[in-house]
Amino acid sequence: MGQDSPLLALRAVSKDFYGNVVLQDVSFDLRAGEILGLVGENGAGKTTLMSILFGMPVIAETGGFKGSILIDGQEVHFGSPFDALDAGIGMVHQEFSLIPGFTTTENIVLNRESMRPSILNEVFGDRMSILDRSDMKKRSESAIAKLGVNLDPGMLVSEMPVGHKQFTEIAREISRKATRILVLDEPTAVLTESEADVLLATLKRLSSEGIAIIFISHRLKEVVDIADRIVVLRDGHAVKDVPAKGVSVRDIASWMVGRSMTDAAAASKDKLFGAEILSVEHLWVDMPGETVRDVSIRVRQGEILGIGGLAGQGKLGIPNGVMGLYPSGGVVTLQGKAVPLNEPRTALKAGMAFVSEDRRGVGLLLDESLDWNIAFTAMQIHGQYLKKIAGGLFTQRDEAGMKKLCEEYIQLLDIKCTGTKQKAKELSGGNQQKICLAKAFAMKPELLFVSEPTRGIDVGAKRLVLDTLRHYNRDYGTTIVMVSSELEELRSICDRIAIVDEGRIAGILPPTADIADFGLLMAGMKVDTTAEVANA
Amino acid sequence: MSAQKKLGRFISEYAVVIIFTVITVACIKPSGLSLTYIIQEIITRLGRNSFLVLSLLLPIFAGMGLNFGMTLGAMAGQIGLIFAVDWGIAGWQGLVFAVLVGLPVSLLLGWVCGAVMNKAKGREMVTGYILAFFINGIYQFVVLYMMGSVIPLRSAAITLSRGYGVRNTLNLESVRQSLDTLLMLKIGPFMVPGAAFIVIALLCVFIVWFKKTKLGQDMRAVGQDMAVADAAGIPVERTRIVAILISTVLACIGQIIFLQNMGNLATYNAHDQTGFFAVAAILVGGASVTKANIPNVFVGVILLHAMFIVSPLAGQRLFGSAMIGEYFRQFIGYGVIALSLVLYAWRSRKAIDNARAGLRQGAAGSSGASGAVDANNKGAAK
Amino acid sequence: MPKLKEFIADFGWPRIIIFFFLISLFIAAPFVGVRLDASISDVLNRFGQYAILVLALVPMVQAGCGLNFGMALGIVAGLLGSTLSLQFGMKGMFGFLGAIVLATPFSLIFGFMYGKLLNKVKGEEMTIAMYVGFSFVMLMCIMWLILPYNNPTMVWGYAGKGLRTTISVENYWNKVLNDFLAIRIGRFFVFPTGLLLFVAAAAGGMWMFLRSKTGTAMTAVGSNPDYARASGISVDKMRTISVVLSTFLGAVGIIVYEQSFGFIQLYSAPSPMVFPAIAALLIGGASVNKATMVNVVVGTFLFQGLLTMTPSVINSILQTDMSEVIRIIVSNGMILYALTRKTKVTK
Repeated sequence: MGQDSPLLALRAVSKDFYGNVVLQDVSFDLRAGEILGLVGENGAGKTTLMSILFGMPVIAETGGFKGSILIDGQEVHFGSPFDALDAGIGMVHQEFSLIPGFTTTENIVLNRESMRPSILNEVFGDRMSILDRSDMKKRSESAIAKLGVNLDPGMLVSEMPVGHKQFTEIAREISRKATRILVLDEPTAVLTESEADVLLATLKRLSSEGIAIIFISHRLKEVVDIADRIVVLRDGHAVKDVPAKGVSVRDIASWMVGRSMTDAAAASKDKLFGAEILSVEHLWVDMPGETVRDVSIRVRQGEILGIGGLAGQGKLGIPNGVMGLYPSGGVVTLQGKAVPLNEPRTALKAGMAFVSEDRRGVGLLLDESLDWNIAFTAMQIHGQYLKKIAGGLFTQRDEAGMKKLCEEYIQLLDIKCTGTKQKAKELSGGNQQKICLAKAFAMKPELLFVSEPTRGIDVGAKRLVLDTLRHYNRDYGTTIVMVSSELEELRSICDRIAIVDEGRIAGILPPTADIADFGLLMAGMKVDTTAEVANA
Repeated sequence: MSAQKKLGRFISEYAVVIIFTVITVACIKPSGLSLTYIIQEIITRLGRNSFLVLSLLLPIFAGMGLNFGMTLGAMAGQIGLIFAVDWGIAGWQGLVFAVLVGLPVSLLLGWVCGAVMNKAKGREMVTGYILAFFINGIYQFVVLYMMGSVIPLRSAAITLSRGYGVRNTLNLESVRQSLDTLLMLKIGPFMVPGAAFIVIALLCVFIVWFKKTKLGQDMRAVGQDMAVADAAGIPVERTRIVAILISTVLACIGQIIFLQNMGNLATYNAHDQTGFFAVAAILVGGASVTKANIPNVFVGVILLHAMFIVSPLAGQRLFGSAMIGEYFRQFIGYGVIALSLVLYAWRSRKAIDNARAGLRQGAAGSSGASGAVDANNKGAAK
Repeated sequence: MPKLKEFIADFGWPRIIIFFFLISLFIAAPFVGVRLDASISDVLNRFGQYAILVLALVPMVQAGCGLNFGMALGIVAGLLGSTLSLQFGMKGMFGFLGAIVLATPFSLIFGFMYGKLLNKVKGEEMTIAMYVGFSFVMLMCIMWLILPYNNPTMVWGYAGKGLRTTISVENYWNKVLNDFLAIRIGRFFVFPTGLLLFVAAAAGGMWMFLRSKTGTAMTAVGSNPDYARASGISVDKMRTISVVLSTFLGAVGIIVYEQSFGFIQLYSAPSPMVFPAIAALLIGGASVNKATMVNVVVGTFLFQGLLTMTPSVINSILQTDMSEVIRIIVSNGMILYALTRKTKVTK
């Protein structure tokens, strides 16, 4: 009887974070031995769905979720990841959870070590048992054998190549006796091609032994290769749930991204673009999680250039690298003059400004007041908002000037606050973002980089932010380079959109291009862009 | 790695040991002391100090750094000895009694120390250091005001003339050398306190065995990466407290061994330098804030104390002043701790930088050559 | 009610307890035969004596370098300045200012090197600072013995060379600040105007510095180093400046202390002066990365008030000297409290 009920079933799973709906009515089944490919853009809800499945505390802390999860037809409630593990769900995360100074074996059996009782057990409890290392080695060897890879059980993790670390993670999950479902989140992201092939073969082998696998990846080719079924998430909905047979990469791409063509920017028709203002050649940036390998791009004066792409592919690395916040190399030229990299001060002085995606970490001084936050960069780089004393011998903050500046922007950007002296940490996310924008505008830059300008802010504030960017671009001629995960946003405001994949520019398209083309570029497929736009 | 780099690595890892050996050897001749004398002194000090230094090992395993809070254990041991002398229990039985009295105190203090350190993760060493001073204040209060008044003392001989509070110096005649003389061996021209060394050997065996237990494994895991250990279900906070607890109890016993050899107890000051000497010893022996083993302990005690033996006299002969020798000794002592800490901090920063540089050339799947486990190219929706 | 709760949570119970304890000591004083005017005069004196040393900690705290456990370096620079001032026979206000001038180059050099060292060890500054401080003090002990001072009031009598442990400034610049425009009321009360004016000037100067372009940048570094870096500020440079400034003020602070106390204390004296200063700043409400002038004034006043009143009042009540023990518990307890609070750790 149990044959017919699927191993894992999600029924009408919905989740919102304080009113912000992230998942809506997601349902799908998973059978034993089946490989399900889960795809979707950033923000589509994949990570949240996996967090719910794995019982992560953040879900309960933010109001729980609606709908149900059934295992073998029985509803389950996971209070913590350990409950999920006990129920047989193993998860291989993006960030390796390994102890560097331990061997492969020790990591595979971490906190599940084989033990022999010792004399001190009576008095001091279980943890005084002695480790049975030979049994541990046996267990780890059998897990490694199941994977079919060549891992040295005695090697220290710190000395392993990255691919081996990935395999060790997986070995750990399958060495648990209870594991029947394995979830892998972008497992091939850190692997070379050959290692990825080995991994995919391993997954096929595991599924043939009855383990159900949920495989999350943006590399659509891989998904098509090994999945038995494909589920596409878009804007929190499961828009497609189909067998993988006969599905092409292009199909998936358009399902991932596809909305019908809503109002793309007609405004760019009337715009006049000047000469090239910024040229970036062979830029590489070492930003953890957003590595840029080789990006070359040219920006025209007065345009709004969009940079899109999936998370972790490197789009966020580009402005961070150009502005000197992360180690980088390559050649950057602004208005014909070379701008040295790795020097934030020089980039700022040259006339570029940056609104970082890390609002709280980099963009704001949370413990200081609003007027501080807005005036600070202008003060330090251009010497503004300072009173000179004793003929310039030393300076004092021009508090009155700072207040006036702050009030200006409070009005212009409709920032909701109790006054110029309020501490930045007390503002809502949307208003904090406006402060970051104000700080950049106060620099009166020639070129403005904005990263994820509307992330995590409400609809009304989103509108205002985008309108302000348009306003500065149109009325002051500020060139804007906007990095965003939201394709719709880019299409509504940009003149051209570049898509980044695996640290390189995959292609540049006009906002009116076919939606599927964007999807393909993001998935690393080639698209014919020659007819579209005069590239570089 | 090229041979030059290897040499550089070796030197920076053992810089402290090398410096110490050079200075000590250089001071032997000018000190005018005979080799026999020096070796005898070292043997005595090994028996006296090793236990204390061994107590530092577990917190290092657990990633809590150098346990300056071991002074709390020393204070517990002193309280034990005060009562042993007060009750007139002599010989090795007195020592056992002192341990029994000191045990509950050291358990309590150890638990406090562990709990406080858990609240100051990342700053355990400074916190332990200050906590030692703070508890010292309470110790002074208890021993100077409460003993003899609220806590009854039997013997008037150890009480201050005003009627309460313990005397500044306590003669430990009754238990003096009782552990040492239990089994005094004569090996060649040297007198070796056999019983003390047997006790130390037993502790070493315990530590080696402990590392093989589940608790020992958990401690190692917690010491390397608290987040990973926590995700695996290991009770991180509790494990850390246990490490400090054991360390404090060992320090208690170690201080009793130390004092029985010294023969008298400076009631209010004896524990002041305990932490400093033990930490200096283990660092001189080649340990670092995150890595230590048993050989470090013995090498360290030998080197540190050899230097302490010869340098005052060498200073006197070379500079004509005993004071200079004394100051020189302290300068080197503090300096070596500072140097070790600086080298360690500098090396760990370099390791992080090197790991990042290795990833920089963009090749995914390149060898993660250093200790930093990280995933380059995280590529999923957040 | 919630505002009061927030205030208490922010301010911390230990500080509130100390504050009320001090008030109760002042109230109890007259009843146990301790003269209130003498007490207040004492407290004012000690406040002025220590204030600059506490002030010296502020730049490094603001820049995110943590509590300056290595202030011994600045103190040693000050000792060099004051001993040289005596060696050259400088007297009066000239001698006092001369001591500061002579100490300056030393403090700048020490501060600069110390700053460079701290930049290399971000994250473990406090422990390293402590031991660098201790070893340096020991090195100086050797120096005090062999440097060629020869002023007979300073060196050991029989040997003729090597400085004494404690040197009196009686005939040089003892109390030159304290007595400047001092106000005497009755036999027991002296208001050390000059001293307090100097402290006010120093605090004012620091306040103005923190409002300057550099000072603003420094505060940003301590508040959020990533933000500062993104705004083009060199974090290392700001940290070094803060260390140099702290060391210089440490030197000035010990000279001010000496003129008030009447003695120059050498050898191992610098080390135990650091912890009380740190405790005072923390009592005044500072955290590991934020300190204001108010923290300095309130903290020094409370701490020195405690140190002054406790011996006299409690000893009169209990007929015993508990002051030392109380001092140890309070000052270390305060530092412990600050270390265990949830704050951003410098990385």
